[in-house]
Amino acid sequence: MNWWKRLSRRTQMEAQLEKELSFHLEQHTSELVARGITPDEAQRQARLALGGPERVKEQCRDARGTRWLEDFLHDTLYALRTFRRKPGFTIIALLILSLGIGATTVMFAVINSVLLRPLSYPAPDRLVTLRGSAESLGELWGFSHLDFSDVKAQSHTLALAAWTYSGATISEPGEPEYVNGRDISAELFSALGISPIQGRAFSPDEDRPGAPPVAVISYGLWQRDFGGQQNTVGKSLIYDGKPHTVVGVAPAGFQLDGEADVFTPLEQRQNTDPRMQNRAARFLRVLARVRPGFGLAEARTELALIARDLAEEYPTSNAGFVMAPYPLQKELVGDVGSTLWLLLCAVGLVLLIACVNIASLLLARAVSRDRELAMRVALGAGRGRLARQCLTESAILGLGGGLLGVLLAFLGVHPFVAFWPGNLPRAEEVHLDWRVLVFAVSASLVSGFLFGLAPALRVPIRGLEQTLRAGARNITGSSRRLHSAFVISEIALAVILLVSAGMLGHTLLALSSLDPGFNVHNVLAAHFALSPGARANPEQIRAAWQDVLDRARRVPGVESVALADIIPMREGENSLPYWTSARPPPPNQEPVALASCVTPDYLNVMGVPLRQGRFFNEHDRIDSSPVVVIDENLAQHAFGTKDAVGKPIWIPAMGATPALVVGVVGHVRHWGLAADDQSRVRDQMYYPFAQVPSPLLHFFSSIMSIAVRTTIPPMNVVEPLRRELRGAANDQALYEVLTMEQLVSASLARQRFLLLLFGIFAGLALLLACSGIYGVLAYLTGQRVPEIGVRMTLGAKPLDVIRMVLGESLAMIFVGVGVGTLAALAAGRILNRLVEGMRPADVSTFAITIPVLVLAALFASFIPARRASRIDPMTALRQQ
Amino acid sequence: MTPPKSDLPQGTLDLLILKVIALGPVHGYAIAQRLEQVSRGVVQVPEGSLYPALHRLENRRLLAADWKETETGREAKFYRLTRKGSKQLKSEAADWQRLIDAIALILGMADGGVR
Repeated sequence: MNWWKRLSRRTQMEAQLEKELSFHLEQHTSELVARGITPDEAQRQARLALGGPERVKEQCRDARGTRWLEDFLHDTLYALRTFRRKPGFTIIALLILSLGIGATTVMFAVINSVLLRPLSYPAPDRLVTLRGSAESLGELWGFSHLDFSDVKAQSHTLALAAWTYSGATISEPGEPEYVNGRDISAELFSALGISPIQGRAFSPDEDRPGAPPVAVISYGLWQRDFGGQQNTVGKSLIYDGKPHTVVGVAPAGFQLDGEADVFTPLEQRQNTDPRMQNRAARFLRVLARVRPGFGLAEARTELALIARDLAEEYPTSNAGFVMAPYPLQKELVGDVGSTLWLLLCAVGLVLLIACVNIASLLLARAVSRDRELAMRVALGAGRGRLARQCLTESAILGLGGGLLGVLLAFLGVHPFVAFWPGNLPRAEEVHLDWRVLVFAVSASLVSGFLFGLAPALRVPIRGLEQTLRAGARNITGSSRRLHSAFVISEIALAVILLVSAGMLGHTLLALSSLDPGFNVHNVLAAHFALSPGARANPEQIRAAWQDVLDRARRVPGVESVALADIIPMREGENSLPYWTSARPPPPNQEPVALASCVTPDYLNVMGVPLRQGRFFNEHDRIDSSPVVVIDENLAQHAFGTKDAVGKPIWIPAMGATPALVVGVVGHVRHWGLAADDQSRVRDQMYYPFAQVPSPLLHFFSSIMSIAVRTTIPPMNVVEPLRRELRGAANDQALYEVLTMEQLVSASLARQRFLLLLFGIFAGLALLLACSGIYGVLAYLTGQRVPEIGVRMTLGAKPLDVIRMVLGESLAMIFVGVGVGTLAALAAGRILNRLVEGMRPADVSTFAITIPVLVLAALFASFIPARRASRIDPMTALRQQ
Repeated sequence: MTPPKSDLPQGTLDLLILKVIALGPVHGYAIAQRLEQVSRGVVQVPEGSLYPALHRLENRRLLAADWKETETGREAKFYRLTRKGSKQLKSEAADWQRLIDAIALILGMADGGVR
């Protein structure tokens, strides 16, 4: 008979057992009777010989081997009955738990999808990204096109591919629309190990300068503009003013650092982008697949050797420049890992507090069940058996909470991802899978075990008689201590979260009050694409841009207009080496400055203060001598206390002739309010758009942005501006329109997001800790009602009683605060390392957050204290 | 004078039960009877532990049981040995025999000195 039959035929087996034993007794009895013993005496002797039928039965049941399962079913049913009898307790416990487990599960689901799960390419562990770095430049993301070509030709261990950002207007089919694009090398799809779902990737023939324009389009664009039709491949797409033949459709969800709609061959960029022939322009992102038979270590060695050869061959650009492979997954995920782990820790703390809270509730219940348990021990129940029952109960509670938590996580994970500031990498892959379920179930079971442990461990063994006689009214010292330990740990955990939230709040305040270096109000910035038709020759391009500026200035509400290639606090940068003497410093050791190409009104539009000299004007032209304006940091670094105006400055990227410094302006926090202090490139310079050499104009026209200072709320000029700048062919578009206020605020998005979540967690922790302290005190004072009655009869005033109860709770609170403060200092160090611009934990943070906690906790303990003080001594005494 | 009754050494009850049942299908009461008779009252089988032992052996599939009528026409649970049970009996009996021989050897040595 297998265990299932043994279990399912339980009643039948019980009947048979009964029958077997009674047969034995009858046989024995009749034999004794046959020997001449009276029937009554015979029966007695037979029973005696067998040794108590119930005990024998019990032992036979044990022998069946399914006992644990039966017990488990019993315990489960018993637990469910108990829960039904106390619906209030059950609902509160389930609510607390499901919130805790739900939040933890959401965080784990995101971590699982973003950090833990391998990339959805074949053999993702063989995919790497290549990065170059030089001591003076720090870690750069890029390769120059020439370096990329050389490494690709020389490497045996790696199959390389490169891409870079692009984007232009699609004028046909569909409505004209600006889309993001990527220029990719022909090998990109094969290196990643994927292929287009329709058509094919680029052939090497197409990936060369002068080849006919072709494009691979995104799945989204295919659906949007081509209706997802099967015959799309071979159709024409007017992109950037030129007809491109669609050769393929990328798989849905395919991304290269964000979504893009049009992929074009990288080498065709040589027609328009002079950086393609500049070994110092490291603007390509390179990824590679480690070829079969080689390992990452070999690739690393080979790459280092190639980089060394290149540095010897091209010392001006490559001296000191090293190259190394990094796992692609890390590159894609970037620095969100630290934020995610931080949040998981915070959520974990909340869950821990929730567990402690439920533990103290359960313990209070267990204490009042002491008599029941003692009775059961007296009747022969084993200690392990009772402990198992307690644990079963809490495990069921834990699983119930976990189930609800998974439901909450299922509903909450996508809103959470949408709520993430900026672009969460791999966000589209976030979902609940079996790993998340396993996590949630283990989290619930561990929680259940945690809060079930204390009640289970205090199953009585000694002093049964006392317990039975004393009743539930008396409460032993060890239980009091356990209760206090719960309150103390709850308070300590809450302190950690409160102080962390306080530190983040303090940091955010300090960062927000920093001067960004420009006037953020009433400024609008947008990318602007000039009509491809207006880009025939340099003169036409200059005229077209002048026309754009003139038209924009005429829009009502616009005060001043400027063009700029990079906008503060927005993505995009251009760092150029410079030096201050005719003799160049060793390659890759020259100082680097953020270079920004602007029109004369830029200073007015942004409201950057002019410190010395002048800004650009209409006399700075392509045929006049080159000029630059530098910021105070660069002035300080390059010229020290000397007057910078009138000094020459050599910028190799702009030619051999030095530019003249004509003015010094204030420093702008280009990298964001928080990040600017830590950025490597802190020097800034501006050069006039009018002096951009003619061969570069076509390229510059595809990356410029327009910045507008308004007299009215800036978003109100967007539509008029759009209409005015649409152009004759209706193909000039403003895109990524943002106010500077939005950009400044977005630069603190990570800090604000963390503060918001930590604030919520800290609030929850505070609430849980207070309800915990309330519950424990209410219970403890409830147990002391008779004692308080005696005290009052003997002359204690209500105030004395309040003082006594509050004193007890204050002692617990202060120990908790002490332990919590130490832990919070440690947590503060972690925050300091992980969040940029973080202010260290200071006295004021503690001075603000801890009184909040103490007051809230005291308030929570005041209610039971007051109730105790209103005890009527007579009723209290009679209760006993 | 009745000889003193000794308790069963640990782990022998199962072996004795198996041996008794090996003689033919038999019910619980008869097993108790036979154990006492065969051992001439030397071995005290606690009846209380007989049934749990039977159930345990049945559970381990060393025994099988059927409900049959006794000579007196009553229904009783008759135990019989399974193939696994008889194998177990053989190996356990052999183990015991070896142990007994060894002990006898050692005891004999104490009497006769080193041979």
